Amino acid sequence: MSAFQGIAGPHPVGRGARQPTAEHGARGLWSKRIITGYGFWIFLLSDIVMFSAFFATFAVLVDATAGGPSGKDLFDLRSVGLETVCLLVSSFTCGLGSIGAQTRNGLWFYSAMTVTFVLGAAFLGLEIREFASLVARGAGPARSAFLSAFFTLVGCHGLHVTAGLLWLLTMMAQVFAKGYRPDILRRLLCFSLFWHTLDIIWVALFSVVYLMGFAP
Amino acid sequence: MSESEQIDDTVPGDQHISGDETERASTYLIGLGLAVLLTGVSFFVARTTLVWGPSIPIALVVLAIAQMGVHIVFFLQLTTGPDNVNNVMALAFGVLIVLLLLAGSLWIMWHLNHNMMPMDRIMQMQR
Amino acid sequence: MLGKLSWDAIPFDQPIPLFAAGMVGVVIVGVLALITLKGWLPYLWREWITSVDHKRIGVMYVFLAMVMLLRGFVDAIMMRSQQALAFQAPGYLPPEHYDQIFSAHGTLMIFFVAMPFVIGLMNFVVPLQLGVRDVAFPTLNSVGFWLTATGALLVNISLVVGEFARTGWLPYPPLSELTYSPGVGVDYYLWALEISGVGTLVAGINLVTTLLKMHAPGMTYMRMPMFCWTALASNLLIVAAFPILTATLAMLLLDRYLGFHFFTNEAGGNVMMFMNLIWAWGHPEVYILILPAFGVFSEVIATFSRKPLFGYRSMVMATMAICILSFTVWLHHFFTMGAGADVNAIFGVLSMIIAVPTGVKVFNWLFTMYGGRVVYSTPILWSLGFMVTFVVGGMTGVLLAVPPADFLLHNSLFLVAHFHNVIIGGVLFGSFAGYNYWFPKAFGFRLHDGLGKAAFWFWIIGFYVAFMPLYVLGLMGMTRRMQHYDVPAWHPWLLIAAAGAVLILVGIILQIAQIVVSIGHRDTLRDTTGDPWNGRSLEWSTPSPPPAFNFAVLPLIEGEEPYWGIKQRAIRQARLRDEPAYSEIEMPRNSPTGFICAFFATVMGFALIWHIWWLVAVGALGAFATFVVFAWRDEDEYAISADEVARIDRANRSARAEALARLQSAR
Repeated sequence: MSAFQGIAGPHPVGRGARQPTAEHGARGLWSKRIITGYGFWIFLLSDIVMFSAFFATFAVLVDATAGGPSGKDLFDLRSVGLETVCLLVSSFTCGLGSIGAQTRNGLWFYSAMTVTFVLGAAFLGLEIREFASLVARGAGPARSAFLSAFFTLVGCHGLHVTAGLLWLLTMMAQVFAKGYRPDILRRLLCFSLFWHTLDIIWVALFSVVYLMGFAP
Repeated sequence: MSESEQIDDTVPGDQHISGDETERASTYLIGLGLAVLLTGVSFFVARTTLVWGPSIPIALVVLAIAQMGVHIVFFLQLTTGPDNVNNVMALAFGVLIVLLLLAGSLWIMWHLNHNMMPMDRIMQMQR
Repeated sequence: MLGKLSWDAIPFDQPIPLFAAGMVGVVIVGVLALITLKGWLPYLWREWITSVDHKRIGVMYVFLAMVMLLRGFVDAIMMRSQQALAFQAPGYLPPEHYDQIFSAHGTLMIFFVAMPFVIGLMNFVVPLQLGVRDVAFPTLNSVGFWLTATGALLVNISLVVGEFARTGWLPYPPLSELTYSPGVGVDYYLWALEISGVGTLVAGINLVTTLLKMHAPGMTYMRMPMFCWTALASNLLIVAAFPILTATLAMLLLDRYLGFHFFTNEAGGNVMMFMNLIWAWGHPEVYILILPAFGVFSEVIATFSRKPLFGYRSMVMATMAICILSFTVWLHHFFTMGAGADVNAIFGVLSMIIAVPTGVKVFNWLFTMYGGRVVYSTPILWSLGFMVTFVVGGMTGVLLAVPPADFLLHNSLFLVAHFHNVIIGGVLFGSFAGYNYWFPKAFGFRLHDGLGKAAFWFWIIGFYVAFMPLYVLGLMGMTRRMQHYDVPAWHPWLLIAAAGAVLILVGIILQIAQIVVSIGHRDTLRDTTGDPWNGRSLEWSTPSPPPAFNFAVLPLIEGEEPYWGIKQRAIRQARLRDEPAYSEIEMPRNSPTGFICAFFATVMGFALIWHIWWLVAVGALGAFATFVVFAWRDEDEYAISADEVARIDRANRSARAEALARLQSAR
């Protein structure tokens, strides 16, 4: 019997293997899927704390423009709106893809995940274009503390999206090569948690960085 | 509690809904709709003159928190049921740390910036 | 082609580092030669380097900590001797070198001695105390250890190739910015900590998940041993605090490498934000270190007082209160930076409040001993030494929490004495107590008790002789990190402090002797039953050392101190429990993923420090490829047959039956 699947055999004291109480925590050893998912959830919370350190720095440095341009002068809300829609819809299609994995429906899985990838790549493309145009206008990250904080916060999110896209490609390749094995399904669960969390962070990002920078 | 009640934990992201694909997709659809709505309102609030100016940042924060809540409930399937206790506790712990870090840093740095001369002024004095 | 790296990086013109590097080189080559010639390399690779067993990984963590303790202590001896000599004289260490020594001393001791020691103890003990077979993510555990080792390796390479940071153990800007630290020293520090920080975070995630989602059947949260509760609090803090360190050091790296302006003097940078963020990590960090030590003391004091721990529920409350409160006090590390009276007052009060739950714990330990029949072994001596020493250090901490007092004492030797008081008296004494306590479980034989006690006495007397003068010096106005001074009144105190360091050195030598003698006498010191101390928690129900699968059958837990209950029943009924029905057990396979990943991390770290960009890309690709190869494997478990499980368990049962029979006949 696997080390991680529930109680291993009858216990030595007393009769049978019933649970003595149904208190939370008395259940003992949870399944591998629950353990893996929970561990990844804890990792995501640590990632959110890291982002909040970058958020705090941005909030402190938001006015430190050193005589250079501020958010109002630089941000293009149409591009931000488009990025937001791309990421939000990709989060939705990621949900559809994970449904496809649960029901072993190849059509749902591959098509939904491909759309997720395309939308994520579109998001990245728009963001890279925005960064490049800022640098070209002399508003690169070395111009002022505000710009350093902006590029780092938004860039960190973009790096996470990039890592997510690489991960998604690897996951699709794994499903293609090995089918819907339990360990691959666990990794897909982690990926979808990751992707949804990135969208949650983006909500905070576009609200605090872009929209508040524009508020009259 | 009787011995037959087993509380099975759930992972965030896992659903208890069974059925075919379109049935399972219903929560995601509702979540998408709400999120699109909240996003639209946020973008509108930021640019409009219809809302009292100084309240805009607070409105944006409230809308952002609402949308994060929509994501957590509809996409991550986190509920308040007993099977989600550990997940919600972990989230609450994380949120507490984030709030302490953000509020604490902003409060401390506001006071420090208020009291201490900016570095470039100090450097100018030294030249 | 090789970035900034050239032959100039090797300190041919500085005799002391050159000599030190030479000595270390000789030792390393010698050890490697011994291992290779004796044919131990295949065994080490198979059983230790690629191991994903939490027990092996725990032992390796503690081993790393002890080796780094020697290096960090050499730095300490150098600092004490320099300060003893440098009264109206230059001493023997030039300032550029002295600055690197105190920076390396602090960095090594916190990140590569204290952290690995407590993480190693938690790794080894927690699954055994929870009654499960391993941690939640065994291969990830291995990755975490080897990444920590990578960080230690990079710091030690800086001794030979290049230089180390001169900024102290926390690299405050603007000194740590490129303008004022143009060399590679700060980069060595930053990359070593970013890489090992990932390792620590991974260990934190692993242990939190294990503690919350993997218990033996019947073990509710309120039946977990106290060590597990403190491990939970400590690892929750790791998960919450280390991301802040990662982010802050990353911002400093961006300033140095890409010309960003987070903490520079120009273009709007805010130096004070670094202090704010780094201490928002730094304060939880010291609680990460001390909480597992508190857990060790709870275990040791209960076992050697032969009484259950007093006030279990209040201990749990106190532990979780410390966990949350530790995130509300960080400003007390920079009262003098200028936040003003209101802010200082609030954080000062919070810093005093956090002493209360610690006081609750101390009283509970005292009440545990009261009415018990205390056995004076080495672990309990360390615990008693801790209780006196840590309380003194804690009191000076509350003193420093008063902002007006701190305005005089900040960055003086009083501060240095305080934090050594609590870290040595708390973390190090706890680590030594845990090491002596669980050594027989890990290796199957006890450590020599006489040498252990002698080592303890030299350590504790040496500690007081070395650090009490520093309190006096701080009150007399001596600042920390001074390379030379000319105040006559300070000199005698610094001579006494140097003598204390020598006493501690004797203590360390005795600890080394203890290991050597114990290995030589291991047959007389053998732990035959697996329960050498008459323990109370589940790890003592396994053989010493435990088999890979820990428990033949996962135990069913029916109360606190489950093993004590099982033992008392066995003694009453004069027989062991019925033999269980053995079945096949599947365990995770060993994997070289951790070691190979760390290899590429070392390559990347070194390349980033010396600006060898093509090598960075090679390292990154290698690390990614390692992950993909690991993810592609099909066989991740191996089976241990029911017969093999039965054989191992029956051997232990017969040893215990013999011990039980001896006990019955002695009555």
